[in-house]
Amino acid sequence: MRRSIGSARFSPYLFVLPFIVTFLVFYLYPLVSTVIMSFQEIVPGQTHWIGTLNYERLLNPFMYTAIWNSFRYTVFTILILIPIPVLLAVMLNRPGNPANVVFRGAMFLPTLVSVVVAGTIIRLLFAGSPAAIVNTILHPLGIKPTDWLLGGSASAMTLLVGMAMWRWTGVNIVYFMSGLQSIPRDLYEAADIDGASAWYKLFRVTVPLLKPTIIFVTTISVFGGFAMFEESYILWAGQSGGGSPNNVGLTMVGYIYLKGFQGGALGLGSAIGMILLAIVLGVSFLVLNLFGFFKRDEA
Amino acid sequence: MRSLRTAESRVNALFFLIFLVLCLAFLFPIYSLLLASFRPGRDLMRFGITVKTLIPDNLSLKYLASLLTARAGAYTVWYRNSLILVVMQTGLSLFFSSLVGYGLAVYEFKGRRLLFSLVLLVLVVPIQILILPLYSLLIFFKSMNTFWGIVAPFVVSPFAVFFFRQYAIGIPTDFIDAGRIDGLREGGIFFRVIAPLMKPAFGAMAILTALQSWNNFLWPLIVLRTGDMFTLPIGLASLLSPYGNNYDMLISGSLMATLPILIVFFIFQRYFIAGLTTGGIKG
Repeated sequence: MRRSIGSARFSPYLFVLPFIVTFLVFYLYPLVSTVIMSFQEIVPGQTHWIGTLNYERLLNPFMYTAIWNSFRYTVFTILILIPIPVLLAVMLNRPGNPANVVFRGAMFLPTLVSVVVAGTIIRLLFAGSPAAIVNTILHPLGIKPTDWLLGGSASAMTLLVGMAMWRWTGVNIVYFMSGLQSIPRDLYEAADIDGASAWYKLFRVTVPLLKPTIIFVTTISVFGGFAMFEESYILWAGQSGGGSPNNVGLTMVGYIYLKGFQGGALGLGSAIGMILLAIVLGVSFLVLNLFGFFKRDEA
Repeated sequence: MRSLRTAESRVNALFFLIFLVLCLAFLFPIYSLLLASFRPGRDLMRFGITVKTLIPDNLSLKYLASLLTARAGAYTVWYRNSLILVVMQTGLSLFFSSLVGYGLAVYEFKGRRLLFSLVLLVLVVPIQILILPLYSLLIFFKSMNTFWGIVAPFVVSPFAVFFFRQYAIGIPTDFIDAGRIDGLREGGIFFRVIAPLMKPAFGAMAILTALQSWNNFLWPLIVLRTGDMFTLPIGLASLLSPYGNNYDMLISGSLMATLPILIVFFIFQRYFIAGLTTGGIKG
Protein backbone atom coordinates (compact mmCIF):
# COMPACT_ATOMS: atom_id res chain seq x y z
CA MET A 1 0.00 0.00 0.00
CA ARG A 2 2.51 2.59 1.14
CA ARG A 3 5.66 2.87 -0.90
CA SER A 4 8.88 4.67 -0.29
CA ILE A 5 9.45 7.45 -2.73
CA GLY A 6 12.99 7.90 -3.94
CA SER A 7 12.69 11.48 -5.15
CA ALA A 8 11.11 12.59 -1.90
CA ARG A 9 13.58 11.52 0.74
CA PHE A 10 13.29 14.60 2.87
CA SER A 11 9.72 15.69 2.33
CA PRO A 12 8.24 13.09 4.73
CA TYR A 13 10.30 14.67 7.49
CA LEU A 14 9.06 18.13 6.54
CA PHE A 15 5.49 16.91 6.98
CA VAL A 16 6.10 15.46 10.44
CA LEU A 17 8.49 18.22 11.54
CA PRO A 18 5.81 20.17 13.47
CA PHE A 19 5.20 17.14 15.65
CA ILE A 20 8.91 16.47 16.19
CA VAL A 21 9.51 20.07 17.27
CA THR A 22 6.50 20.35 19.60
CA PHE A 23 7.23 16.91 21.04
CA LEU A 24 10.82 17.83 21.88
CA VAL A 25 10.04 21.30 23.24
CA PHE A 26 6.67 20.81 24.92
CA TYR A 27 6.70 17.14 25.98
CA LEU A 28 10.17 15.63 26.21
CA TYR A 29 11.91 18.68 27.65
CA PRO A 30 9.19 19.29 30.28
CA LEU A 31 9.24 15.60 31.21
CA VAL A 32 13.01 15.59 31.70
CA SER A 33 12.89 18.88 33.54
CA THR A 34 10.18 17.56 35.90
CA VAL A 35 12.49 14.70 36.83
CA ILE A 36 15.38 17.10 37.46
CA MET A 37 13.34 19.72 39.32
CA SER A 38 11.89 17.10 41.64
CA PHE A 39 15.37 16.73 43.16
CA GLN A 40 15.94 20.47 43.44
CA GLU A 41 15.02 23.36 45.66
CA ILE A 42 14.10 26.23 43.34
CA VAL A 43 14.18 29.76 44.67
CA PRO A 44 14.26 32.62 42.15
CA GLY A 45 17.89 33.24 41.29
CA GLN A 46 19.30 30.16 42.92
CA THR A 47 18.67 26.49 42.40
CA HIS A 48 20.37 23.70 44.26
CA TRP A 49 20.21 19.94 44.54
CA ILE A 50 18.58 18.57 47.65
CA GLY A 51 18.48 14.86 46.85
CA THR A 52 15.25 13.14 47.76
CA LEU A 53 14.15 15.78 50.28
CA ASN A 54 11.13 16.82 48.17
CA TYR A 55 9.89 13.25 48.17
CA GLU A 56 10.44 12.92 51.92
CA ARG A 57 8.45 16.12 52.44
CA LEU A 58 5.55 14.48 50.63
CA LEU A 59 5.15 11.87 53.37
CA ASN A 60 2.45 14.06 54.88
CA PRO A 61 -1.33 13.81 55.48
CA PHE A 62 -2.15 16.28 52.65
CA MET A 63 -0.44 14.09 50.09
CA TYR A 64 -2.16 10.98 51.44
CA THR A 65 -5.54 12.73 51.22
CA ALA A 66 -4.80 13.88 47.67
CA ILE A 67 -3.82 10.37 46.54
CA TRP A 68 -6.81 8.81 48.32
CA ASN A 69 -9.26 11.28 46.76
CA SER A 70 -7.85 10.87 43.24
CA PHE A 71 -7.83 7.11 43.65
CA ARG A 72 -11.43 6.89 44.92
CA TYR A 73 -12.64 9.23 42.19
CA THR A 74 -10.97 7.11 39.51
CA VAL A 75 -12.35 3.84 40.88
CA PHE A 76 -15.90 5.18 41.24
CA THR A 77 -15.99 6.76 37.80
CA ILE A 78 -14.72 3.54 36.19
CA LEU A 79 -17.13 1.31 38.13
CA ILE A 80 -20.07 3.50 37.07
CA LEU A 81 -19.07 4.98 33.73
CA ILE A 82 -18.17 1.70 31.99
CA PRO A 83 -20.98 -0.81 32.78
CA ILE A 84 -23.88 1.65 32.60
CA PRO A 85 -22.89 3.23 29.25
CA VAL A 86 -22.24 -0.28 27.83
CA LEU A 87 -25.75 -1.31 28.81
CA LEU A 88 -27.29 1.92 27.49
CA ALA A 89 -25.34 1.61 24.23
CA VAL A 90 -26.63 -1.94 23.72
CA MET A 91 -30.18 -0.75 24.43
CA LEU A 92 -29.83 2.18 22.00
CA ASN A 93 -28.35 -0.09 19.36
CA ARG A 94 -31.60 -2.07 18.94
CA PRO A 95 -33.11 -1.38 15.55
CA GLY A 96 -36.57 0.00 15.02
CA ASN A 97 -36.68 2.96 17.36
CA PRO A 98 -36.25 6.28 15.54
CA ALA A 99 -36.19 8.20 18.85
CA ASN A 100 -32.84 6.61 19.73
CA VAL A 101 -30.91 9.25 17.78
CA VAL A 102 -32.62 11.97 19.82
CA PHE A 103 -31.91 10.10 23.07
CA ARG A 104 -28.24 9.71 22.20
CA GLY A 105 -28.03 13.41 21.34
CA ALA A 106 -29.72 14.48 24.58
CA MET A 107 -27.37 12.41 26.73
CA PHE A 108 -24.39 13.72 24.77
CA LEU A 109 -25.36 17.37 25.33
CA PRO A 110 -23.77 17.78 28.82
CA THR A 111 -20.38 16.92 27.28
CA LEU A 112 -20.48 20.24 25.45
CA VAL A 113 -20.90 22.27 28.62
CA SER A 114 -17.62 23.67 29.99
CA VAL A 115 -16.41 22.52 33.40
CA VAL A 116 -16.92 26.02 34.78
CA VAL A 117 -20.55 26.17 33.72
CA ALA A 118 -21.19 22.56 34.80
CA GLY A 119 -19.67 23.25 38.21
CA THR A 120 -21.74 26.40 38.62
CA ILE A 121 -24.96 24.52 37.80
CA ILE A 122 -24.04 21.71 40.22
CA ARG A 123 -23.35 24.27 42.95
CA LEU A 124 -26.80 25.79 42.39
CA LEU A 125 -28.65 22.44 42.26
CA PHE A 126 -26.83 21.05 45.30
CA ALA A 127 -26.87 24.28 47.30
CA GLY A 128 -26.89 23.93 51.09
CA SER A 129 -30.25 25.58 51.74
CA PRO A 130 -33.24 23.32 52.53
CA ALA A 131 -35.12 24.98 49.66
CA ALA A 132 -32.54 23.96 47.05
CA ILE A 133 -33.92 21.50 44.54
CA VAL A 134 -31.83 18.43 45.39
CA ASN A 135 -32.49 18.81 49.11
CA THR A 136 -36.20 19.30 48.33
CA ILE A 137 -36.36 16.13 46.24
CA LEU A 138 -34.47 14.06 48.82
CA HIS A 139 -36.49 15.30 51.79
CA PRO A 140 -39.48 12.91 51.31
CA LEU A 141 -36.99 10.05 51.09
CA GLY A 142 -35.93 10.77 54.65
CA ILE A 143 -32.62 12.45 53.81
CA LYS A 144 -32.08 15.62 55.82
CA PRO A 145 -31.07 18.83 54.04
CA THR A 146 -27.34 18.60 53.45
CA ASP A 147 -24.69 21.17 52.74
CA TRP A 148 -23.27 19.09 49.91
CA LEU A 149 -20.15 21.17 49.33
CA LEU A 150 -19.17 21.48 52.97
CA GLY A 151 -20.79 18.34 54.36
CA GLY A 152 -17.69 16.17 54.49
CA SER A 153 -15.79 13.68 52.40
CA ALA A 154 -18.67 11.43 51.31
CA SER A 155 -20.94 14.22 50.04
CA ALA A 156 -17.97 15.89 48.30
CA MET A 157 -17.16 12.67 46.44
CA THR A 158 -20.86 12.25 45.58
CA LEU A 159 -20.83 15.67 43.90
CA LEU A 160 -17.63 14.97 41.97
CA VAL A 161 -18.74 11.54 40.77
CA GLY A 162 -22.25 12.84 40.01
CA MET A 163 -20.78 15.61 37.90
CA ALA A 164 -18.61 13.09 36.03
CA MET A 165 -21.69 10.93 35.38
CA TRP A 166 -23.63 13.86 34.01
CA ARG A 167 -20.78 15.00 31.76
CA TRP A 168 -19.30 11.74 30.49
CA THR A 169 -22.09 9.15 30.18
CA GLY A 170 -22.98 10.44 26.70
CA VAL A 171 -19.41 10.29 25.37
CA ASN A 172 -18.88 6.76 26.61
CA ILE A 173 -22.18 5.70 25.03
CA VAL A 174 -20.92 7.08 21.71
CA TYR A 175 -17.64 5.15 22.08
CA PHE A 176 -19.41 1.90 22.90
CA MET A 177 -21.97 2.33 20.13
CA SER A 178 -19.17 2.73 17.60
CA GLY A 179 -17.58 -0.41 19.07
CA LEU A 180 -20.86 -2.28 18.63
CA GLN A 181 -20.86 -1.42 14.92
CA SER A 182 -17.87 -3.71 14.39
CA ILE A 183 -19.55 -6.80 15.86
CA PRO A 184 -20.79 -9.00 12.99
CA ARG A 185 -24.58 -9.37 12.91
CA ASP A 186 -24.47 -13.09 12.10
CA LEU A 187 -23.01 -13.85 15.53
CA TYR A 188 -26.32 -12.76 17.04
CA GLU A 189 -28.29 -14.70 14.43
CA ALA A 190 -26.28 -17.81 15.31
CA ALA A 191 -26.98 -17.22 18.99
CA ASP A 192 -30.69 -16.79 18.21
CA ILE A 193 -30.79 -20.11 16.38
CA ASP A 194 -29.21 -21.72 19.43
CA GLY A 195 -32.02 -20.20 21.49
CA ALA A 196 -29.70 -17.95 23.53
CA SER A 197 -31.29 -15.52 25.99
CA ALA A 198 -30.73 -11.75 25.84
CA TRP A 199 -28.45 -11.92 28.89
CA TYR A 200 -26.43 -14.73 27.37
CA LYS A 201 -25.95 -12.70 24.20
CA LEU A 202 -24.93 -9.65 26.25
CA PHE A 203 -22.32 -11.41 28.36
CA ARG A 204 -21.08 -14.09 25.92
CA VAL A 205 -21.16 -12.17 22.63
CA THR A 206 -21.38 -8.41 23.11
CA VAL A 207 -19.10 -7.81 26.10
CA PRO A 208 -16.22 -10.06 24.92
CA LEU A 209 -16.28 -8.52 21.43
CA LEU A 210 -16.51 -5.03 22.88
CA LYS A 211 -13.29 -5.64 24.83
CA PRO A 212 -11.03 -3.38 22.73
CA THR A 213 -13.38 -0.45 23.28
CA ILE A 214 -13.75 -1.27 26.97
CA ILE A 215 -9.96 -1.35 27.33
CA PHE A 216 -9.67 1.98 25.52
CA VAL A 217 -12.33 3.71 27.64
CA THR A 218 -10.93 2.24 30.88
CA THR A 219 -7.44 3.48 30.03
CA ILE A 220 -8.53 7.05 29.26
CA SER A 221 -10.66 6.94 32.44
CA VAL A 222 -7.62 5.98 34.53
CA PHE A 223 -5.60 8.87 33.10
CA GLY A 224 -8.50 11.30 33.29
CA GLY A 225 -9.51 10.23 36.79
CA PHE A 226 -6.07 10.62 38.36
CA ALA A 227 -5.56 13.91 36.51
CA MET A 228 -8.85 15.37 37.79
CA PHE A 229 -8.51 18.89 39.16
CA GLU A 230 -10.73 21.39 37.34
CA GLU A 231 -13.97 19.96 38.74
CA SER A 232 -12.86 20.29 42.33
CA TYR A 233 -11.31 23.69 41.64
CA ILE A 234 -14.65 25.02 40.40
CA LEU A 235 -16.79 23.39 43.08
CA TRP A 236 -14.72 24.77 45.93
CA ALA A 237 -13.34 27.91 44.26
CA GLY A 238 -13.54 30.86 46.57
CA GLN A 239 -14.33 28.91 49.73
CA SER A 240 -12.84 30.65 52.72
CA GLY A 241 -9.19 29.69 52.85
CA GLY A 242 -9.17 29.16 49.11
CA GLY A 243 -9.92 25.45 49.13
CA SER A 244 -12.29 22.74 50.23
CA PRO A 245 -12.81 22.28 54.01
CA ASN A 246 -10.60 19.51 55.40
CA ASN A 247 -9.35 19.05 51.83
CA VAL A 248 -12.37 16.92 50.87
CA GLY A 249 -11.83 17.99 47.25
CA LEU A 250 -8.03 17.93 47.20
CA THR A 251 -6.67 15.85 44.30
CA MET A 252 -3.10 15.14 43.23
CA VAL A 253 -3.14 17.76 40.47
CA GLY A 254 -4.82 20.10 42.95
CA TYR A 255 -1.85 19.57 45.25
CA ILE A 256 0.55 20.38 42.37
CA TYR A 257 -1.42 23.58 41.77
CA LEU A 258 -1.40 24.45 45.47
CA LYS A 259 2.32 23.87 46.02
CA GLY A 260 3.75 24.66 42.59
CA PHE A 261 1.74 27.67 41.50
CA GLN A 262 0.23 29.19 44.63
CA GLY A 263 3.13 28.22 46.91
CA GLY A 264 5.88 28.74 44.33
CA ALA A 265 7.57 25.45 45.28
CA LEU A 266 8.41 24.18 41.79
CA GLY A 267 10.63 21.38 43.09
CA LEU A 268 8.02 20.00 45.46
CA GLY A 269 5.31 20.36 42.79
CA SER A 270 7.47 18.41 40.34
CA ALA A 271 7.92 15.62 42.89
CA ILE A 272 4.11 15.35 43.18
CA GLY A 273 3.96 15.24 39.39
CA MET A 274 6.48 12.37 39.30
CA ILE A 275 4.49 10.36 41.84
CA LEU A 276 1.31 11.03 39.86
CA LEU A 277 2.99 9.85 36.65
CA ALA A 278 4.28 6.70 38.36
CA ILE A 279 0.84 5.89 39.79
CA VAL A 280 -0.96 6.50 36.48
CA LEU A 281 1.47 4.37 34.49
CA GLY A 282 1.43 1.64 37.16
CA VAL A 283 -2.36 1.50 37.40
CA SER A 284 -2.93 1.52 33.64
CA PHE A 285 -0.33 -1.24 33.28
CA LEU A 286 -2.22 -3.26 35.90
CA VAL A 287 -5.53 -2.61 34.18
CA LEU A 288 -4.18 -3.63 30.77
CA ASN A 289 -2.65 -6.74 32.32
CA LEU A 290 -5.99 -7.58 33.91
CA PHE A 291 -7.61 -7.48 30.47
CA GLY A 292 -4.91 -9.77 29.08
CA PHE A 293 -3.79 -7.02 26.74
CA PHE A 294 -0.13 -7.98 26.73
CA LYS A 295 -0.80 -11.70 26.37
CA ARG A 296 -2.79 -11.07 23.23
CA ASP A 297 0.13 -9.15 21.76
CA GLU A 298 2.47 -12.11 22.16
CA ALA A 299 0.06 -14.56 20.55
CA MET B 1 -44.74 -15.71 16.47
CA ARG B 2 -47.45 -13.29 17.48
CA SER B 3 -46.61 -13.47 21.19
CA LEU B 4 -42.94 -12.94 20.32
CA ARG B 5 -43.79 -9.75 18.54
CA THR B 6 -45.87 -8.37 21.42
CA ALA B 7 -43.01 -9.19 23.77
CA GLU B 8 -40.68 -7.33 21.43
CA SER B 9 -42.86 -4.24 21.35
CA ARG B 10 -43.22 -4.34 25.12
CA VAL B 11 -39.44 -4.26 25.45
CA ASN B 12 -39.32 -1.37 23.00
CA ALA B 13 -41.90 0.55 25.00
CA LEU B 14 -40.04 -0.12 28.24
CA PHE B 15 -36.73 1.05 26.77
CA PHE B 16 -38.42 4.13 25.36
CA LEU B 17 -39.72 5.00 28.81
CA ILE B 18 -36.34 4.43 30.48
CA PHE B 19 -34.58 6.68 27.98
CA LEU B 20 -37.25 9.34 28.20
CA VAL B 21 -36.76 9.60 31.96
CA LEU B 22 -32.95 9.48 31.61
CA CYS B 23 -32.91 12.20 28.97
CA LEU B 24 -35.12 14.48 31.01
CA ALA B 25 -32.71 13.99 33.94
CA PHE B 26 -29.72 14.79 31.69
CA LEU B 27 -31.36 17.90 30.26
CA PHE B 28 -32.70 19.13 33.60
CA PRO B 29 -29.48 20.97 34.68
CA ILE B 30 -29.38 22.82 31.35
CA TYR B 31 -33.05 23.75 31.70
CA SER B 32 -32.44 25.04 35.22
CA LEU B 33 -29.52 27.17 34.02
CA LEU B 34 -31.74 28.59 31.28
CA LEU B 35 -34.38 29.74 33.75
CA ALA B 36 -31.80 30.86 36.33
CA SER B 37 -30.38 33.31 33.79
CA PHE B 38 -33.56 35.38 34.07
CA ARG B 39 -33.40 35.68 37.86
CA PRO B 40 -31.33 37.61 40.41
CA GLY B 41 -27.96 35.90 40.89
CA ARG B 42 -27.56 36.80 44.56
CA ASP B 43 -30.72 34.89 45.56
CA LEU B 44 -29.62 31.92 43.48
CA MET B 45 -26.20 31.78 45.11
CA ARG B 46 -27.79 31.95 48.57
CA PHE B 47 -30.72 29.54 48.19
CA GLY B 48 -29.68 27.54 45.15
CA ILE B 49 -32.07 26.55 42.40
CA THR B 50 -35.43 26.00 44.10
CA VAL B 51 -38.78 24.65 42.94
CA LYS B 52 -39.92 28.24 42.51
CA THR B 53 -37.06 29.17 40.15
CA LEU B 54 -37.93 26.21 37.93
CA ILE B 55 -41.39 27.58 37.10
CA PRO B 56 -41.11 29.82 34.07
CA ASP B 57 -42.75 33.01 35.28
CA ASN B 58 -41.58 36.42 36.48
CA LEU B 59 -38.65 36.18 34.09
CA SER B 60 -36.59 39.31 33.63
CA LEU B 61 -34.23 40.05 30.78
CA LYS B 62 -32.26 42.59 32.74
CA TYR B 63 -29.67 40.08 34.00
CA LEU B 64 -28.82 39.02 30.47
CA ALA B 65 -28.80 42.65 29.31
CA SER B 66 -26.44 43.59 32.14
CA LEU B 67 -23.78 41.34 30.60
CA LEU B 68 -23.10 44.09 28.08
CA THR B 69 -22.61 46.84 30.61
CA ALA B 70 -21.61 45.41 34.01
CA ARG B 71 -18.00 45.97 35.08
CA ALA B 72 -17.36 48.22 32.09
CA GLY B 73 -18.19 45.45 29.64
CA ALA B 74 -15.73 42.88 31.02
CA TYR B 75 -17.93 40.04 29.78
CA THR B 76 -17.79 41.21 26.17
CA VAL B 77 -14.00 41.37 26.43
CA TRP B 78 -13.88 37.75 27.64
CA TYR B 79 -16.20 36.74 24.83
CA ARG B 80 -14.00 38.42 22.24
CA ASN B 81 -10.86 36.82 23.72
CA SER B 82 -12.47 33.37 23.61
CA LEU B 83 -13.43 33.89 19.97
CA ILE B 84 -9.92 35.01 19.01
CA LEU B 85 -8.43 31.96 20.73
CA VAL B 86 -10.86 29.57 19.04
CA VAL B 87 -9.84 30.90 15.63
CA MET B 88 -6.10 30.82 16.41
CA GLN B 89 -6.14 27.39 17.99
CA THR B 90 -8.42 25.74 15.43
CA GLY B 91 -6.62 27.22 12.44
CA LEU B 92 -3.12 26.34 13.60
CA SER B 93 -4.03 22.92 14.95
CA LEU B 94 -5.82 21.85 11.77
CA PHE B 95 -2.97 23.08 9.58
CA PHE B 96 -0.14 21.39 11.46
CA SER B 97 -1.98 18.27 12.60
CA SER B 98 -3.22 17.46 9.10
CA LEU B 99 0.33 17.79 7.71
CA VAL B 100 1.68 15.41 10.34
CA GLY B 101 -1.20 12.96 10.03
CA TYR B 102 -0.82 12.84 6.25
CA GLY B 103 2.95 12.44 6.50
CA LEU B 104 2.56 9.49 8.86
CA ALA B 105 -0.08 7.91 6.65
CA VAL B 106 1.40 7.97 3.15
CA TYR B 107 5.19 7.95 3.47
CA GLU B 108 7.47 5.11 4.37
CA PHE B 109 10.48 6.55 6.19
CA LYS B 110 12.91 5.80 8.97
CA GLY B 111 11.38 6.52 12.35
CA ARG B 112 7.76 6.49 11.18
CA ARG B 113 6.72 3.77 13.63
CA LEU B 114 8.52 5.46 16.50
CA LEU B 115 6.86 8.79 15.72
CA PHE B 116 3.43 7.22 15.57
CA SER B 117 3.96 5.50 18.93
CA LEU B 118 5.00 8.88 20.36
CA VAL B 119 1.76 10.41 19.03
CA LEU B 120 -0.20 7.72 20.86
CA LEU B 121 1.86 8.25 24.01
CA VAL B 122 1.24 12.00 23.99
CA LEU B 123 -2.42 11.25 23.38
CA VAL B 124 -2.80 9.43 26.71
CA VAL B 125 -0.35 11.22 29.03
CA PRO B 126 -2.36 13.93 30.77
CA ILE B 127 -1.01 17.42 30.26
CA GLN B 128 -1.68 18.16 33.94
CA ILE B 129 1.54 16.35 34.83
CA LEU B 130 3.63 18.71 32.71
CA ILE B 131 2.07 22.05 33.61
CA LEU B 132 4.85 23.10 36.01
CA PRO B 133 7.74 22.77 33.54
CA LEU B 134 5.54 24.20 30.76
CA TYR B 135 4.94 27.18 33.02
CA SER B 136 8.70 27.63 33.54
CA LEU B 137 9.16 27.36 29.78
CA LEU B 138 6.58 30.06 29.19
CA ILE B 139 8.31 32.40 31.62
CA PHE B 140 11.59 31.70 29.79
CA PHE B 141 9.98 32.60 26.44
CA LYS B 142 8.37 35.68 28.05
CA SER B 143 4.96 34.45 26.88
CA MET B 144 2.99 34.58 30.12
CA ASN B 145 -0.37 36.33 29.82
CA THR B 146 -0.39 36.05 26.00
CA PHE B 147 -2.61 34.11 23.62
CA TRP B 148 0.49 32.63 21.97
CA GLY B 149 1.43 31.13 25.31
CA ILE B 150 -1.90 29.32 25.44
CA VAL B 151 -1.79 28.09 21.86
CA ALA B 152 1.89 27.30 21.23
CA PRO B 153 2.28 24.07 23.25
CA PHE B 154 -0.79 22.59 21.56
CA VAL B 155 -0.42 23.57 17.89
CA VAL B 156 -0.04 19.89 17.06
CA SER B 157 -2.93 17.97 18.58
CA PRO B 158 -2.14 14.26 18.94
CA PHE B 159 -5.82 13.40 18.64
CA ALA B 160 -6.16 15.35 15.38
CA VAL B 161 -2.95 13.78 14.04
CA PHE B 162 -4.34 10.35 14.77
CA PHE B 163 -7.65 11.24 13.15
CA PHE B 164 -6.10 12.73 9.98
CA ARG B 165 -3.77 9.75 9.68
CA GLN B 166 -6.68 7.29 9.80
CA TYR B 167 -8.52 9.35 7.23
CA ALA B 168 -5.54 9.73 4.88
CA ILE B 169 -4.85 5.98 4.94
CA GLY B 170 -8.28 5.48 3.38
CA ILE B 171 -7.49 7.70 0.38
CA PRO B 172 -6.45 5.65 -2.68
CA THR B 173 -2.80 6.18 -3.63
CA ASP B 174 -3.93 6.78 -7.23
CA PHE B 175 -4.66 10.36 -6.29
CA ILE B 176 -1.09 10.85 -5.13
CA ASP B 177 0.32 9.20 -8.24
CA ALA B 178 -1.88 11.36 -10.46
CA GLY B 179 -0.52 14.43 -8.70
CA ARG B 180 3.05 13.29 -9.35
CA ILE B 181 2.33 12.69 -13.02
CA ASP B 182 0.97 16.23 -13.20
CA GLY B 183 4.37 17.35 -11.93
CA LEU B 184 3.26 18.52 -8.51
CA ARG B 185 5.76 18.52 -5.64
CA GLU B 186 4.96 16.62 -2.44
CA GLY B 187 3.65 19.78 -0.76
CA GLY B 188 1.55 20.63 -3.80
CA ILE B 189 0.03 17.15 -3.79
CA PHE B 190 -1.07 17.63 -0.21
CA PHE B 191 -2.49 21.12 -0.56
CA ARG B 192 -4.04 20.80 -4.04
CA VAL B 193 -5.08 17.15 -4.21
CA ILE B 194 -5.35 15.57 -0.76
CA ALA B 195 -6.54 18.44 1.44
CA PRO B 196 -9.71 18.98 -0.63
CA LEU B 197 -10.42 15.24 -0.35
CA MET B 198 -10.09 15.44 3.43
CA LYS B 199 -12.77 18.11 3.82
CA PRO B 200 -15.03 15.95 6.03
CA ALA B 201 -12.06 15.22 8.31
CA PHE B 202 -11.29 18.94 8.53
CA GLY B 203 -14.94 19.61 9.38
CA ALA B 204 -15.05 17.08 12.19
CA MET B 205 -11.73 18.20 13.68
CA ALA B 206 -12.59 21.91 13.35
CA ILE B 207 -15.70 21.43 15.44
CA LEU B 208 -13.98 19.31 18.08
CA THR B 209 -10.93 21.58 18.36
CA ALA B 210 -13.08 24.69 18.54
CA LEU B 211 -15.14 23.13 21.33
CA GLN B 212 -12.03 22.17 23.29
CA SER B 213 -10.56 25.64 22.85
CA TRP B 214 -13.80 27.38 23.85
CA ASN B 215 -14.04 25.31 27.05
CA ASN B 216 -10.30 25.08 27.80
CA PHE B 217 -9.68 25.81 31.46
CA LEU B 218 -6.55 24.59 33.27
CA TRP B 219 -3.84 25.92 30.95
CA PRO B 220 -5.42 29.37 30.41
CA LEU B 221 -5.94 29.56 34.19
CA ILE B 222 -2.17 29.36 34.58
CA VAL B 223 -1.15 31.50 31.60
CA LEU B 224 -3.61 34.38 31.87
CA ARG B 225 -2.87 36.90 34.63
CA THR B 226 -4.97 40.00 33.92
CA GLY B 227 -8.71 40.48 33.44
CA ASP B 228 -8.35 42.05 30.00
CA MET B 229 -6.82 38.79 28.72
CA PHE B 230 -9.30 36.40 30.39
CA THR B 231 -11.32 33.95 28.34
CA LEU B 232 -14.94 33.11 29.20
CA PRO B 233 -14.19 30.09 31.45
CA ILE B 234 -11.44 31.95 33.33
CA GLY B 235 -13.53 35.10 33.69
CA LEU B 236 -16.59 33.19 34.88
CA ALA B 237 -14.50 31.18 37.37
CA SER B 238 -13.13 34.43 38.78
CA LEU B 239 -16.70 35.40 39.73
CA LEU B 240 -17.09 32.37 42.02
CA SER B 241 -15.61 34.20 45.00
CA PRO B 242 -17.72 34.26 48.19
CA TYR B 243 -17.40 38.04 48.38
CA GLY B 244 -18.44 38.47 44.77
CA ASN B 245 -21.19 40.83 43.78
CA ASN B 246 -21.48 39.76 40.18
CA TYR B 247 -23.46 36.55 40.41
CA ASP B 248 -25.83 37.81 37.69
CA MET B 249 -22.84 37.92 35.39
CA LEU B 250 -21.78 34.43 36.49
CA ILE B 251 -25.13 32.75 35.85
CA SER B 252 -26.44 34.61 32.81
CA GLY B 253 -22.88 34.61 31.49
CA SER B 254 -22.72 30.83 31.87
CA LEU B 255 -25.81 30.50 29.69
CA MET B 256 -24.46 32.82 27.01
CA ALA B 257 -21.13 30.94 27.02
CA THR B 258 -22.95 27.64 26.46
CA LEU B 259 -25.52 28.75 23.90
CA PRO B 260 -23.22 29.00 20.85
CA ILE B 261 -21.94 25.44 21.45
CA LEU B 262 -25.48 24.08 21.68
CA ILE B 263 -26.44 25.82 18.43
CA VAL B 264 -23.36 24.48 16.62
CA PHE B 265 -24.12 21.03 17.98
CA PHE B 266 -27.67 21.06 16.67
CA ILE B 267 -26.46 22.04 13.21
CA PHE B 268 -23.43 19.73 13.01
CA GLN B 269 -24.40 16.81 15.28
CA ARG B 270 -23.22 14.31 12.68
CA TYR B 271 -19.69 15.74 12.66
CA PHE B 272 -19.43 15.72 16.45
CA ILE B 273 -20.13 12.02 16.65
CA ALA B 274 -17.95 11.28 13.62
CA GLY B 275 -15.09 13.23 15.18
CA LEU B 276 -15.23 11.08 18.28
CA THR B 277 -15.51 7.71 16.61
CA THR B 278 -14.10 7.67 13.08
CA GLY B 279 -10.75 6.06 12.88
CA GLY B 280 -12.30 3.71 15.34
CA ILE B 281 -10.94 2.03 18.40
CA LYS B 282 -10.94 -1.37 16.86
CA GLY B 283 -7.96 -2.56 18.91
